[in-house]
Formats: sequence, C-alpha cells, structure tokens
Amino acid sequence: MSAPIVEAVGVSKRFGGVRALTEVSVAFRPGEVHCIAGENGCGKSTLLKVISGAHRPTSGQVIVDGTTYDHLTPRQALSAGIEVIYQDFSLMPNLTAAENIALPRSVAGGRRLYSRTAARTLAERAVVRLGVEIELDIPVGELTVAERQLTAIARALAHEAKFIAMDEPTTALTWKEVDALFAAVGRLKEAGVALAFISHKMQEIFSIAERVTVLRNGAVVTSGRPDEFTHASLAETMTGRGSQSFDRVAPRNKNRAPALRVRGLGREPLFADVDLEVGQGEIVGLAGLLGSGRTEIAEAICGVRPAQTGTVEVLGKAINVRSLSDGVAAGIGYVPADRLTQGLFLDQPIGDNLVATHLPARRGFLNGPAIERRKSSVVRDLRIKLGKLTDPVRSLSGGNAQRVLLGKWLVGEPKVLILNGPTVGVDVGSKFDILGVLNAQSLQGLGVLIISDDVPELISMCHRVLVVRSGRIVRELSGDQLREDTVVEAVTA
Amino acid sequence: MRRVLANQELLLIGLMALLVLAVSLKFPDFFGLQTLFNVLTASMVGILFAVGVMLVVVSGGIDVSFLAVGILSAYATVKYGPQGDGPFGALPVFALSTAIGLGLGLVNAAVVIVARTSVLIATLATSSIYLGTMFAFVGGEVISTLPQPLQSLGSTHLFTAKGAVRGTTSLNILILVVLVVCVLVWAFLRFTIAGRSVFAVGGDAEAASRAAISVPRTRVLVFAIAGAVAGLAGIISVTLSGRADPTTFMGRELDTLAAVVLGGVAIAGGKGTVRGAVLGVLLISLVTASLVPLGIPTIWQRAAVGALLIAGILLQTAIGRRQRIRPILDAPAPEVTNA
Repeated sequence: MSAPIVEAVGVSKRFGGVRALTEVSVAFRPGEVHCIAGENGCGKSTLLKVISGAHRPTSGQVIVDGTTYDHLTPRQALSAGIEVIYQDFSLMPNLTAAENIALPRSVAGGRRLYSRTAARTLAERAVVRLGVEIELDIPVGELTVAERQLTAIARALAHEAKFIAMDEPTTALTWKEVDALFAAVGRLKEAGVALAFISHKMQEIFSIAERVTVLRNGAVVTSGRPDEFTHASLAETMTGRGSQSFDRVAPRNKNRAPALRVRGLGREPLFADVDLEVGQGEIVGLAGLLGSGRTEIAEAICGVRPAQTGTVEVLGKAINVRSLSDGVAAGIGYVPADRLTQGLFLDQPIGDNLVATHLPARRGFLNGPAIERRKSSVVRDLRIKLGKLTDPVRSLSGGNAQRVLLGKWLVGEPKVLILNGPTVGVDVGSKFDILGVLNAQSLQGLGVLIISDDVPELISMCHRVLVVRSGRIVRELSGDQLREDTVVEAVTA
Repeated sequence: MRRVLANQELLLIGLMALLVLAVSLKFPDFFGLQTLFNVLTASMVGILFAVGVMLVVVSGGIDVSFLAVGILSAYATVKYGPQGDGPFGALPVFALSTAIGLGLGLVNAAVVIVARTSVLIATLATSSIYLGTMFAFVGGEVISTLPQPLQSLGSTHLFTAKGAVRGTTSLNILILVVLVVCVLVWAFLRFTIAGRSVFAVGGDAEAASRAAISVPRTRVLVFAIAGAVAGLAGIISVTLSGRADPTTFMGRELDTLAAVVLGGVAIAGGKGTVRGAVLGVLLISLVTASLVPLGIPTIWQRAAVGALLIAGILLQTAIGRRQRIRPILDAPAPEVTNA
C-alpha cells in the first residue's frame, strides 16, 4: 500500500462543551476513493474542515505529504494541494463563477496581479475537464443551486490537487451530472489523486469507494473495503442500531374529503401545473433535488410566497391563501426547512414559542390559564425534554428544538401539516421520535406532506411519494414502486 | 449584475442630465462651463472621501470615521507640519497628511480586528476619539494663514474660462490628483489579487477565508487605503478653501454615505465601483448647485440628499428583489410518466 498523502492522526475537536470529533485517525492514499460515512451530525464535515485548515483541531495532527501540522491554515492546505468541496459550497456569491474558480489558487500561490482573461481560461478548462456547462460570467449568487454545486466541484478540479475532499457533492445534481462527476473522479484516481468522499447515499458509496470509514458521534466505528459491508450492515453501523420502520397504516377513510387538495398551482417562473392530494390520515412525500422547486411549491400552498394560478382546498373547502396567516387560519401548518432561523424565536421562552401561532383569547384579551394549559399539554404529548417552560429555545438540543417547532403547529390543530426537511440536522434518536410523532398524528386524521431528500426516510414514512423535477410533479410512486432505487432514479433523472 | 449596476449608473447620469436640462430651461446661463467647474470643484473632496468609504463598504462595513480622519490629518499637518518652500513645497505637506490618515486608518483596522466588532461601531468610537484628540491636543481655532505652497496651489488652475455672467470661472489643478487616485483605486480593485480579495471578503468572509484569503490582512489594507485617501482629501479641502477649520466637515458623513449608496455600492458589502461612487457625489453636488438658481433655500439641500438616499436604497431593494427569483421551470412541459 502506498504512503498516504493526507493523514489525520488522533484528531479531536470541541465546540464549547460539544465534542464534535474524538481521537479520529484516517489516512487518504493516492489513487483511492475513501468514503466517510455516517449519520447527519456524526462529525464528517468537521473532519474535512480540520483537514482543509478551516477548523483548528483541539488536539491531534494533520500530516500532509510527510509534514506534520498541529494547526494547518487554509493557505498551507491549498498550497499543499488539498482541495475541498464544502457542503455549503463556500463560494463568494458576488463574484463570477470564473473568479470563484480561479481566485483561491492565485491567493495561495502568492500571486499579486489578477487577470480576468487568465481566470476565465482557467475556469473554462476546469469546466470542460468536468464535462458540464456552467455560465461563467455572472455572479454565483444568480446561478441555480446545481450550477453552484458544479462551480464548487470545478474549483476543486481546476488545480493540480493531490487530495480532493467532497462533502455531499451530489445533493443538487441530476444523474447526468453525477455521472460526469464520477467519470472525473475516475480520471483523478488514475492520475494518483487521493479522494475523500462524503455521502449518505448508499448507492454512491458502494459504486465509487475503495475504502469506507464509518463515523458515529465523532469517533471512528469501523473502516474497511466496501465488499465487507452490505447496505443493511453499513446502515446499521452508521446508526448503531437495527433498521427501524413504522407500521404503515392505510388512510382510514377514502371517502372523506382530502385534507389537502391542490389543482393547477403555478407561479412563473418557479413551478406550474401542480396537482396533489393529501388524504386525511395520509402521509405524502414530496421528493426532489435541491432547487427543483419542491420548497417553492410548499411555500405557495401555505402562503409564504403565494401562487399566481390554481386552487387549494382544505377538507373540501376552497380557500384563498394570500399570506401565511391565511394558511394558518385555513388549517395549514408549515414547518420551514431551516428550523433554527425560520421557525422559532430562539431567545424567547420555550412556552411562548409553543403558543406563538395560536393564542387563546377572550374578547381580544389573552386567556392566561388556557395558554398555560396548552403549553403543558403539548410538552407532554411530544415528550419535549426541557428544564423550565421559561428557558429560551436556544438552550434545547436540535431534536428538542425541532419538537418545539412541531408542537407550535400542532397547538393550532391543523388539518394538514407541511414539513420541509423535518429531520435535517437532527440526531438519530430524535429523528425517530419526530417521525413517530408525525405517524401518531396522521393516525388521528392529520394530513401530512413531507418534503425531503432523505429517500429512506420518505420510504419508511409515506403512503405515496410525489417527485418534483424542474418545477413540475413528474411522477407518483406508491405501493410496490415505493423503493429506494425507484425514487432515486425518478428524482435524479 | 454588472449589467444591472450599469443600469443604476445610467440612471444617475440620466437624472443629472434631466436636472441640468430642467434648470437650463429656466436659466439658459446654467448650461455652461461655470456650472461644470462649480460642480467639479464642489465634488473634488467628496469624491475622495466617497472612494475611500466605498472600499470599506465593499469589504463589508460602514465607515463613519473618514471625515474625522481627514480633518485631523490636515489640521495637524498645517499646524505642526513642514511649511514647505520651492516649487514642490506642497509635496511634503500633502505626504504628511496622507501618512497621518494612513496611520489613523490602521488604528481603525486594529480596533475592528482586535475588538471583533462591526465597522460601524468601531469607527463611531474612533471618530469621536480623533475629534476629541484634535480639540484637546492640537487645537480648535481656525488657521487662516496656510503655508505658502498651499496658498499658491489653491490658486493654480488647470482651466480658466469666462464666467457665465461676469468674471472668470476656473478649475483647480488638484482635480488631477483626484483623478489619479480614482484611477489607482479602480486599478487596485480590478487588477490585483488583493483588490479582488476585498470583494471576496465583502461577499462572504467565511468562504473567503476558506479560499486562503486572509480576512484580517484584507481589512488592514482596506482601512489603510481608506485612511490615506481621507488624509489626502482633508489637505486638499484645506488647500481649496484657503483655511484650516477643524469644524469644516462636522456632521457631513451622511452626504458621502448617501453618495456611495446612490452610486450602487451595496451597503451589505461585496458590490461597488469607483465609477458609481464618483457619479453619486457628482449628483449630490449638482442637486446643491441647482437649488440656488431655482431659488430654493440651501437648507433644503440636506432634505434633498435624504430623499435621494431613500430613492437609492429603494432602487437597490427593487433590484435585489428581482434577482432573488431564479427560474426553475424549463420552457416546455416535460413528459409526464406514470409508470
């Protein structure tokens, strides 16, 4: 086995009181694709940021080409030939794609002068090498999510890198683009580049990895060749427990009016001709790539950004949703994607957050005792772990904060609940609990629409999955068709 | 974006043309060299301040200390600096004021970096300290006798023409200095890695630092340049007015910030051009110059600037709103398959 190009030795990283990484040692060898697998929040991204110099490890070293660093700077890392494709892309939104691709290497190389034409040529070469098309001359902030992801990839390929790390590089890509990326990875491998690949998609891991290392709670659990694992055993190693599923109970009464019925919903230039139905007690998934329009459709239904055409019915009654409060009044609850910034008043008490959307009142005056009763009943129902109702939401863990957000919407007794990525960034245990709460609520007749790119989650929860592509619903999967491979294929076609 | 920015700049030019036309219809004399020279002369100092502030704003932060830097640099230079003689006697005077400005800029940078505070708060504090220092240790009285080289420079003109009504009208030679500074800053932003880094830091400081750009070093550079330019602006202002008055600029920060915003510089950072900042200053000077012949009391000038500022911000949010929507739909409807 050849000597590793990049090696992390006993790396630990703490953020305040939280241990993100504990004594992690990994080696990346030339010509090898090394997958780092694990659940959300297991420390994968933190490990990459330590290797790229973006984070300083609390203890441990990074060895690059035989040189040991206690604290690598981003500049040293780049000069040593380390390239990272970050999950958030880390692009400068106000600069053009060409400049985003060319600038880092010029900076790391200590160059003083910048030439627009030279940057353009370099970027063009990188894009051609990747085999995709990107608009290079407009600011990255105006590109689509997929184009931004491709820009981030092209940036890593633009230079003679020795080590390239990719953090979830395929989230927004169609299968064609993923193929182009994998072909590029193949060429890099032959050229002797070491590659680190982070993904939670099993198929990707098994199709490109030579080695898999599994992280759980910030520590290495196991490391081996992919043929030593099966999909199931890898999943079990990642989560630390056997696969769990919910008893899918058919929506009880087909004859009752659907909880939500949407016809011909459209808004130029985001989405068009959206028809969908969520029965009472039914859980429907809305699957699609990042930037496919899935979030825009949900936001239109609940009134955040209303649609221009089409009709929305709740329990058979046509409603006119022009704003979020219209949606709430009509019985549509919406749990936004970024729970920490969009859905909660982080510095306000937990109790107040729970009743923020639905305050019991009498003749315009707040009804204090009723409010307190509601607060405690929700905390009981959702089993939110908290100190005092008066503590700020910020004091809660991610999963519990998510439950407060769920509780906030269940207080209003909505007829249909729309959740955008309900378990993104939530630890495994809480994730299961949240899905359990949703399952229990749907049994009581609540219609649930879940927007997610976590395909296994959708499959384990939903009665039906609708697939969104380029702003339209292109496929409906249910029953036997509802399998991981069919959904992934429909989503990335 | 370049296209949209250019639109905003075109709009400024259009607005200026309209203003000149409107006033000229009533007063044909307004359309002439005299107005041009008046507006340019009135804008010279403002342009320098605006270019410096623009740099800071692009890097992400609102600087309010530039006028304090400018007047402290110039006033201290005139009071304690070289008196200068010979044909190039003004050179050491200008150099000293610029150097003091640069030093004060470095102090700004140090406060921002060490205290990890916003540029607005940091410069609000340093601005007060600079002014306090000036009145406490340097002095507060008006100096009306400038060093000889400054006096002669103040009356050296590049162009002189017959006045619109009577007398002569002229444009001071220092306009060339302003022009050179503008070209230098433009070239810095466009052709150097450090200049591009200013945009990168203003766009997303975290992403910039991951791209190996040193955010603190970029900030130090930006504040050093902005400080030096402010120091130069201060001494030019003193030279043109023929006196060093420590209260000259008091409370005029708004005018420069308004000009910068009008010129399309994004107040949130990451976007801006020298050209835009210059056009913004010219527009405000022209508005002021137009109020007089129209018989509108000059006290309304401040209100006009405020109104223009609101217009500029509205324009930016309108542009921002239009950009945020990225099309998702393909033109034709894809085949719906229901396998």
